[in-house]
Formats: sequence, C-alpha cells, structure tokens
Amino acid sequence: MKVVIMGCGRVGGRLAGLLESDGHEVTILDNDSYSFRRLPPGFRGTALLGNGIDLDVLRRAGIEEADAFVAVTQGDNRNVMSCQIAKHIFNVPRVVCRIYDPLRRDLFEDLGLEAISPTTIFAQILREKLEAPEPQREAPAEES
Amino acid sequence: MYIIVVGGGRVGYYLTKALLAEGHEVLVLERSAAICEALNEELGSICIRGDGCETTTLSEVGTGRSDMLIAVTGDDEDNLVTCQVAKHLFHVPRTIARIRNPKNEDIFKKLGIDVTINNTNIILENIEEEVPTHSLTHLHDIRDKGLELVQVRIPESANTVGKMIKQLELPKDSVLSLIIRKSRRPIVPSSNTFLQAEDQVIVVTSHESEDELRAALRGE
Repeated sequence: MKVVIMGCGRVGGRLAGLLESDGHEVTILDNDSYSFRRLPPGFRGTALLGNGIDLDVLRRAGIEEADAFVAVTQGDNRNVMSCQIAKHIFNVPRVVCRIYDPLRRDLFEDLGLEAISPTTIFAQILREKLEAPEPQREAPAEES
Repeated sequence: MYIIVVGGGRVGYYLTKALLAEGHEVLVLERSAAICEALNEELGSICIRGDGCETTTLSEVGTGRSDMLIAVTGDDEDNLVTCQVAKHLFHVPRTIARIRNPKNEDIFKKLGIDVTINNTNIILENIEEEVPTHSLTHLHDIRDKGLELVQVRIPESANTVGKMIKQLELPKDSVLSLIIRKSRRPIVPSSNTFLQAEDQVIVVTSHESEDELRAALRGE
C-alpha cells in the first residue's frame, strides 16, 4: 500500500518506520527538515519538505495514487484541513486524522473523517491504570 | 445583527470597527491577551480571549444565536475549521472565511464555507483596474451562479468601433449590461447600439467565456 504521512513528529516518524518495515511505500511530509531526524536510520521511503495543506505539495507527495493518508502534525486544524483535502479533493480511499480536541474530533467524525483523539484515549488508559486493583500502600509505621 | 469576528489582527480590527459603526453587535475572539486588551480599551468591551476553533469557547460566546461568523485569522486552516465548527455545530446561517492562499478558494467552497474572501485576488483585481492597458477587468464574482461581472475597454484602434452590438459574435452566456461612454454617460445597450472608441462595456459572463468575450468586443 502507498501511504502519505503528514507531520514527522514522534508519532509520524515512528509510524513511517513501522509501515516501511511492513513493506509499504511511505512518503512523509514536514515543513521543517530538522524533523526528519526522527525517521529511523536506514529509512528507505521518501521524506518531502513542504506544507501538507498545499495542493501542489500533496500532489508532489503522490497523493493522487496514495491508498492512505494520515495527518499527525501538532495542529488540529492543519490535520483536519489536509485530511478533508485528501478525502474530498483527491478521493484517497483511507484517511485518518489526529485531533487532540475531543469535541472537534466528534464533529469531524460526524462530518465523515476517521478521526482519533489521543486526549480521550490516553485519559481512558490512565483511568483504567489508576482504578485497577493495585497492591495497597504499606501501612506507615506507627509513630510511638 | 450579532456578528462574531474570529481574529483581532489588522483585518479583524478594521472590520470590527466598521461593523460597530453600522450598529451591529460584534464580538471578537482573539488568542493573544495583549491584542485583546488593546481592542477592549479602544473599542469597548467587545473582545474575549480565546481560540475560535474551540467548541467550548464558541458556545460560551453565544455562537448559537449569532447571525454571522467571520474568520479572519492569518491561517487558512484555522479559518476553515472555525467556520466549519460554527456551521455544523452551531448552525450559524452565514460563515465567511479569509483566505491567504488563492488555491484554497475552491477547497473552502467544496467544504461548505458560504463566502471566502481572498486577499491576494482582491489586491490583484485592484491592480488590474489601475493598469490602463488591461483590456478586461474583473469587477465582481456572482459565485453561486458561476458568473462574473467584468469590464472591457474598447480602444480607438479596435475594429469593432462603429459596429452595432448585434454584429458582434458574443459568447452565448455573456450579456452586455451597461456601456459607459467617454463622456461618462452610462447607457443601457440594445442590439442596435453602436460601439464607440473609449467605451467601457460592463458584461455579465462566465470565467470560461472571458477570452472569447474580449476577442468579440475588441475585434481581436
């Protein structure tokens, strides 16, 4: 599968490495070349410098033939906009969008985007961890 | 009308001032505390500090009862999302977005933003008007119909000077609406009107027919 990833942060860089080692054709976009240091050594995909909400940059990244598009920049709105472009302008079959703001995630999920809010998911994981029956704290030694 | 302006930069500031002067109820959402304070000091308490893309902020400022939301921050993606949230979550009847990258105009339209204002194109249009040799000037877009209002100048050298309108082979979708004569007198043209040198012809046309129209009117 041909995948275009927008945003080479910790998640983007890691995802690019994972997909590539699974044998997928990966192109990763970032508007700061320094971000590409996060790609694993020996990464054989394409790292492309540019703004992912620009149609020409997306075309250069091969979005017209891509099977999937993932947006994981720090900006919710940038992610939303690029995913809507991928889905509605370039008709990419699979589009996944990271949206930190849970309310915005719900809205754009309603508007047809496949959206994930790390905020919601991580808060849930933390709650489960904290509420799980854990070994009790040892009773402090009684003061005499 | 109750109008929410998102972004208190230069565009937001002058826009708000103009809207207030027209008697509208205006509320500005601005992320920067300093800009917010300056606006409130100068224009009265009209600015609230907050992110216009946050649904909670929008709900606090009563977006649900607003008649219009205008997003004029410097970032296209923020303006897009703000307008989409306003439209789909708060059912604001009219959303207007400022666009900086002209390529985004079509995208915004496809994604349901009612009106887009493209700084770059406006500047281009104004410059076009000031360049006297420019033969066709855009005056206005009639967007929902895919039509536009343009002005074509008839130079002295044009071989259509002295011809009647009905002798011209105009594109089918173009309608000559007004001719402004050298004497500054506007006339409504009929099929028997003669074109004169220095006429400025105002035409409703489509983007696709522009070249054909220019050629027909100027005999090129």
